Amino acid sequence: MIPPAARLRLLSLAAFLGLWWGAALLAAKPSLLPPPPAVLGFVWRSCLTGVMPWNIGITCLRVLAAFATSMLVGSAVGYLAGRSPRADTLIDPWLVILLNLPVLVVIVLCYIWVGLNDVAAVLAVALVKMPTVMVTLREGARALDPAFDELASVYRLAWRQRARRIIVPQLAPYLAAAGRSGLSITWKIVLVVELLGRPNGVGFALDELFQTFDVAGILAYGFAFAALMLLVESLLLRPWERHANAWRR
Amino acid sequence: MPMPGGDSKASGRSRAGAIERRKPPAAGELAVRIAGKSYLDAAGQRHEVLGEVRFEATPGEVLALLAPSGMGKTTILRIVLGLEQDFEGDVQLPDGRLGVMFQEPRLLPWLTVGANLRLIAGDETAEIPPLLAEVGLGGTEALHPKALSLGMARRVALVRALLGRPAVLVLDEPFASLDPKSAAGLSQMISRAARQEGAMVLLSTHNLDPVLGCADRVLVLAGKPARLAADWPTGARTAPANGLAGRVFKQRLLNQFPFLGAEPAEEAP
Repeated sequence: MIPPAARLRLLSLAAFLGLWWGAALLAAKPSLLPPPPAVLGFVWRSCLTGVMPWNIGITCLRVLAAFATSMLVGSAVGYLAGRSPRADTLIDPWLVILLNLPVLVVIVLCYIWVGLNDVAAVLAVALVKMPTVMVTLREGARALDPAFDELASVYRLAWRQRARRIIVPQLAPYLAAAGRSGLSITWKIVLVVELLGRPNGVGFALDELFQTFDVAGILAYGFAFAALMLLVESLLLRPWERHANAWRR
Repeated sequence: MPMPGGDSKASGRSRAGAIERRKPPAAGELAVRIAGKSYLDAAGQRHEVLGEVRFEATPGEVLALLAPSGMGKTTILRIVLGLEQDFEGDVQLPDGRLGVMFQEPRLLPWLTVGANLRLIAGDETAEIPPLLAEVGLGGTEALHPKALSLGMARRVALVRALLGRPAVLVLDEPFASLDPKSAAGLSQMISRAARQEGAMVLLSTHNLDPVLGCADRVLVLAGKPARLAADWPTGARTAPANGLAGRVFKQRLLNQFPFLGAEPAEEAP
């Protein structure tokens, strides 16, 4: 038996597909609004040639690199800012600048300064994402319970144990929140970065399809990549978040 | 009241503010010499919390800090634990482990009871099951603290404090909200940690009865700011607390410090 909530979801999804299909039939302009089978056909064909998996694979690697960089650096700096008021005062202006700099400016400057390469692409995405990770983790670090710090200090726990058993479990909800919002922002920016300056990846493919007004191809790449990211989120990030929060229930 | 003190060379770790050291305590002793402790409130007003509080303890001794709530007992314990650094005076700790039972259990809620204890135990994990069984919590190792009642959680915190044979055991209001039978059991465990394992125990309380069964000395805080008003040996080792000598001692204490007999408002742990 399918649970009622899932059935409703499926029904809603089916309604979306039906509406799309109906609109495509009414418009009768497959070049502007292709029906679902046309999009599926594009996915099938470019999977057979291997072009789509190659582009998606490359984009995934960039997303992974940028995501990991922004999470690692952002968490470390955010933690520092949340723990030390002096560090916070030092970091805050940088944060304000980074948070308010237009994404496009960061990307273009990275390409100009670092060169048209993958390092620049990953750096640009990481720089755009980092401030929000910092802000989230700063909140997390501020919310750390000093009672547990006292416990660790009285029992002279090694820093490794403090980090693993006392700090990280308290930061877990913040890490999970930063990770989930991070992934969805990261992959969207990676596409823009690819569109502007990479010779491969989903963003590059979309640029090519735009030149030829291939709407079926654009929709195919869009849905395929979004589906993949949703899969990563629901199969990796959400279960990890549930696991990290299990003790609260 | 004269305070015990040795003349041999001081050792161990010592810390804190203005250091004034006339008589160095013997190696392996606990020496607390607080000259004063105050804090600034939000309005910039200075409040004196503690006046002069000096005492020393030798291995195996149980010291009970007696005072009504809000007199600075917890502050003294926090100074001994090194959690309060901003005071005048100094504290010398013996080498070895510190064990602590805070007023609230302070178990890490994301770890099971067993993992909470193993985190502190280091290599001495073999001690955990017998100690848990002794406080009536055998078989609870796989539970999360959320599944425990407050009383059970406090017993786990006691086990944690006793792990690894601490040289100094600091217990903040260990008898609060315990029924007389559990209080007596706890009192026995404290005595044993001191007598058999040589721990120096410093506990704070406003419950007179369970303390008289296990404490070697009572330290009474009085005045404002609170200072050490009495440091009396109880004779608990030689005479039972409910015997004649014990009752006389209690009466003498109550005559001198009537506030100790007042029914204390139960502190919410």
